[in-house]
Amino acid sequence: MAKQAASSLRNMILSLFIITTISGASLSYIYKITAKGIEQSRQQKKIEAITQVLPPFTNNPLKEMYKMPLFENDSLEVYPARKNDTLIGIAIASKTNSGFAGEIKIMVGFLPSGVIYKTKVIEHHETPGLGDKMEQPEFYKQFEQFNFHEKINTVKKNGGDIDAITAATISSRAYCNAVQNAYSIFQKINQQWSADSQTGATK
Amino acid sequence: MTNVSLITKGIIKENPVFVLLLGMCPTLAVTGSGINGFAMGAATMFVLILSNIVISGIKSTIPSKVRIPAYIVVIATFVTIVQLLMEAYTPSLHKQLGLFIPLIVVNCLILGRAEAFASKNNMFHSFLDGLGMGLGFTFGLTILGLVRELLGAGTLFGINITGMQHPKMMLVFILPPGAFIVLAYLVSLNRMVQKNK
Repeated sequence: MAKQAASSLRNMILSLFIITTISGASLSYIYKITAKGIEQSRQQKKIEAITQVLPPFTNNPLKEMYKMPLFENDSLEVYPARKNDTLIGIAIASKTNSGFAGEIKIMVGFLPSGVIYKTKVIEHHETPGLGDKMEQPEFYKQFEQFNFHEKINTVKKNGGDIDAITAATISSRAYCNAVQNAYSIFQKINQQWSADSQTGATK
Repeated sequence: MTNVSLITKGIIKENPVFVLLLGMCPTLAVTGSGINGFAMGAATMFVLILSNIVISGIKSTIPSKVRIPAYIVVIATFVTIVQLLMEAYTPSLHKQLGLFIPLIVVNCLILGRAEAFASKNNMFHSFLDGLGMGLGFTFGLTILGLVRELLGAGTLFGINITGMQHPKMMLVFILPPGAFIVLAYLVSLNRMVQKNK
């Protein structure tokens, strides 16, 4: 066995200093070469979600993203989608805390008329086998072409039109809640539009 | 001890999951499916091999009083590298395992091998030890994940093998208590087999 360096104060400080310096330097190097990939994969995920909840579009909604306040300290991201400069829909990244375990994040696609095109789960921590059935078409298809003027967006137990997932009413209710949050943002945007068109502003 | 037995002892005789019972936190937490178990094992193996090599290389320059902090810094560096690489190149895996990757730092398997083996042996042997232990850990986690996935969801590596559309399985095996139950059975099964040899 090789001779061990003596545990003098100078040795200890020196060795720890060298090790942390090397580790810091190598980490910043790795961070640099992966930063681009990480950013890309995050953007990719968002774009994929938007593509799935809206009809085909030609612009890059990520570039036109803006935030709308939901509650006092919270805001949601809004992605307008255009096809040849005509607005064909808006995707809203909505979320709710009323799930069974942690935050539920969903992407909701609205047509300009206010009807939902499609919805998609981005992130959730619901119980596997129960609440996570929200990712299955039997549940989320109920929100396709959902018109807020014709249907009530809550589970049947509460007098709404949504069939809750068996044994996961809380998760189903939370999903409705997240959709509702997105809709309240859409209404705000809609009000802005009508205000703009009255004052003659072009947008 | 020959080079080959250095590798095989980690897989069978001193399997970290079934015999040493080291690193139980990731073992129990991430093995909800075979692929998760495998990925966690592979990530741990990567860290284990590299940290074993480096620690073995620098062992004589580290004063023994500060060796633990020094080892932890080395291990944490490699874990962060794994995390960054995973996030950049396998985003979907990172989404599922992300929370548990930083916990590899405090996985006692890695520090245990650094202290018990790498700090006393040369770099090549430490590499072999890391490889063996890593393979054993990956093997254990994959088996555990596969059993839980099969019993809990009716799938193997995400492929439905029951032939039913929505197989009604024993959900408890996917949930945390199932990890303890399956691990206990696998450990006792392993003991039985080894004893009869």
